[in-house]
Amino acid sequence: MLGPGVAWYLGVAAFLFGTGALGVLVRRNVLIVLLSLEIMLNGGNLALISFSRHAGNGAGQIFALAVMAVAASEVCVGLGLVVALHRRRLALDVDRLSELRG
Amino acid sequence: MLTLAVSAGGVLVWIVWVVAGFSCLASGVAVVSFSNPFYSALALIGNLGSLAVLYLLLSAEFVAAAQVLVYAGAVVVMFLFVIAYVGPRMEAPWAGGPTWQTLGAVLAAGALLTEIVVVIGLEAGGSLAHSAHVGADFGSPAWIGRVFLSDHLLTFEITSIVLLVAAVGGVILGSHTRRHDPGKRAHGVALEREPVGDPR
Repeated sequence: MLGPGVAWYLGVAAFLFGTGALGVLVRRNVLIVLLSLEIMLNGGNLALISFSRHAGNGAGQIFALAVMAVAASEVCVGLGLVVALHRRRLALDVDRLSELRG
Repeated sequence: MLTLAVSAGGVLVWIVWVVAGFSCLASGVAVVSFSNPFYSALALIGNLGSLAVLYLLLSAEFVAAAQVLVYAGAVVVMFLFVIAYVGPRMEAPWAGGPTWQTLGAVLAAGALLTEIVVVIGLEAGGSLAHSAHVGADFGSPAWIGRVFLSDHLLTFEITSIVLLVAAVGGVILGSHTRRHDPGKRAHGVALEREPVGDPR
């Protein structure tokens, strides 16, 4: 394997995951929370593909493709929720959407 | 001569890795820190593009192509359409100083990152040091297609069902929200039933 070892890629993946987690925890706009979730999923995908290359086993790449499909589904449902919230004139703020809180 | 060529190739891969990795991290931070979601979605395109370069370095050609097509081509475009539809809703991310919630979130994310990096660093000289040798067709579209339709056929089918269910759910979420508008609903029902209820 030319260039950097797999640990460097895993470091990038960990940083991406941490950045996305920070965005999900800190930001209040629903759209930016969804975008941060995408970053978390991409960090997970990068780790899967790094380990797939490291082990010489292709199952990691298959799993990464499945994660990609799940991310597309999540965006589909999440943006549907955002549009429904907008049509009911509700705020796109996760702290103010607390109707279901017990 | 051969070792010289290999080391030159290694340096080239290092340069590409540094550029792609740092643009990936920088655009990831930009997505989280922009106050306008439109700019965040645009920064996500840079993040996904540089991730595709990293996938190419890891000899995952098909996943890199799918990443560009599915994410930058479909997901980000859908995000941009929805952001244009709901209008720019600014939010000052760090307004009012750090609350205890923000502080806790930063601490939690920092602890998670430190934990993962320490584990990777402990293993970097051990089991992560030597990667396996793979053939030239590892990660190519033909290889992915063969593996997907033989060993991982169940994954393939379940993925298709998940996508179908999500598409149906998105359509239902997007179309049935008018039912909860009481004024319009009563008006519509009255208009529909008027000819039926009239005996003459």
